[in-house]
Amino acid sequence: MIKKILIANRGEIAVRIIKTCQKMGIKTVQVYSDADEKSLAVQLADETVNIGPGPALQSYFNIQKIISVAKEHVVDAIHPGYGFLSEKAEFAVACRDAGLVFIGPDPQTLIDMGDKARAKLIAQQAGVPISPGSAGEIHHAENAVEIANSIGYPVIIKASAGGGGRGMRIFHNEDEIRKSYESLATEALRSFANAALYIEKYFEKIRHIEVQVVCDEDAIYILGERDCSIQRKNQKLIEESPAVLLTEDVRTSLYDASRRICAEAKYLNVGTIEYIYDLNTAKFYFLEMNTRIQVEHPVTEMCFNFDLVEAQIRIASREKLALEQTKLLSRGYAIECRINAENPEKKFLPSPGTITKLKWPDLTGVRIDSHVFEGYTIPIFYDSLLAKVICWAGSRDEAIELMKRALSELQIEGIKTTCSFHESVMNDSSFCSNQYDTQFLTSI
Amino acid sequence: MESIEVKAEISGSIWKVLVSEGEQVTAGDTLLIIESMKMEIPVEAPQDGIVEHLHVKETDTIEEEQVLVSIKY
Repeated sequence: MIKKILIANRGEIAVRIIKTCQKMGIKTVQVYSDADEKSLAVQLADETVNIGPGPALQSYFNIQKIISVAKEHVVDAIHPGYGFLSEKAEFAVACRDAGLVFIGPDPQTLIDMGDKARAKLIAQQAGVPISPGSAGEIHHAENAVEIANSIGYPVIIKASAGGGGRGMRIFHNEDEIRKSYESLATEALRSFANAALYIEKYFEKIRHIEVQVVCDEDAIYILGERDCSIQRKNQKLIEESPAVLLTEDVRTSLYDASRRICAEAKYLNVGTIEYIYDLNTAKFYFLEMNTRIQVEHPVTEMCFNFDLVEAQIRIASREKLALEQTKLLSRGYAIECRINAENPEKKFLPSPGTITKLKWPDLTGVRIDSHVFEGYTIPIFYDSLLAKVICWAGSRDEAIELMKRALSELQIEGIKTTCSFHESVMNDSSFCSNQYDTQFLTSI
Repeated sequence: MESIEVKAEISGSIWKVLVSEGEQVTAGDTLLIIESMKMEIPVEAPQDGIVEHLHVKETDTIEEEQVLVSIKY
């Protein structure tokens, strides 16, 4: 039985975890850095301990310090939130060695899923499609042609040592590959001092779909999916649930695939399996598994009326949830907008500073997950997330309308935020008609 | 010779200094990189010239509008 939890995180997720702990009658110990001394989580927790200076490496990443505070304050378990130590096997091991419960999967699962190649192998063993391509490097044009012909065009050939969108080219047939292969290899050698190339299937129009799983010792439960395709530089900005563009057949096979991965990985606790969904072929491919609570978990909670943090704590206590999958039903539609301290008019440049005025929307169906308040100064050391505005309504159209009203009521002054960006997306015709892909931000 | 002051657009800390005093720079060259809220923000030379003075060093905490580098041209 878990009676006291240390929260090894900060910001909105720390506040979110404290709320569930309070509901469950669990005491909380909040660790914090110098920069977070006046934070909301520190105000709300039962006990608080300063663990060091602002920079996260000296505080929220300090395993030894966090474990010693946990022992001193006699907690039963540690909740790692997301980011920081949440997916570090080393931390999960340190908790176990200190006789503390790590609220998350076993260390071995963190190791398996933390390594992309290993995770792909597990998915493959579970019979789940992975993005096709060369197993390793390719060495000459004919090698590339052979693989391309087997996986189908278009393909993308990339420099192994490349990055930042450079050193890659898309090919639509074998003649193109034969013609340009040598120049691409030479370019790779010149630019990256390494001529090695590899080949992957190129998907022109994709959506990012992820499945929420909850696994206890007896069962694997699926809590629907989320569509997280509005991204900027691989950072999610808007998430929705359910993904209404999926047909029932695709959705069923996506859930089956997710069950098989959880079984193969012997997964225990709450997790998310991410997939690429190819709009041209209606096929999906395993991308990775996140072994923690996700930033965007509230959209699932709103649709399923289910507390995922509570499930994490119960599973970590070795409790069996004894749920019935057929009774886990998604109702309505939820959208989340991440309000970041960034300036959308200046290439999303961060905007630290003090919030001089703050007014949250007050509307039915709107949930706000946040740690900020009037007079709060945003530290420079951590990410820019200020708040998550989550809107729930009967349909996608209604949820979008509610989000428009919520964003217009939201007032944050003193700093720049992404609120205006979200308002423009909510008014975009391709977004509203659900006809978009992950290139959305490069196309508007 | 004239001198121009390159200022910080936002508060943060100095993650990397890529030039040294006396170095010739060209407009658009990255002089240093600010880290703020887990993002890297490059600071570029506004014009050709010579780095006259570095006002900051790596790990320094900086405020918005603080002078980072002087360039003479």
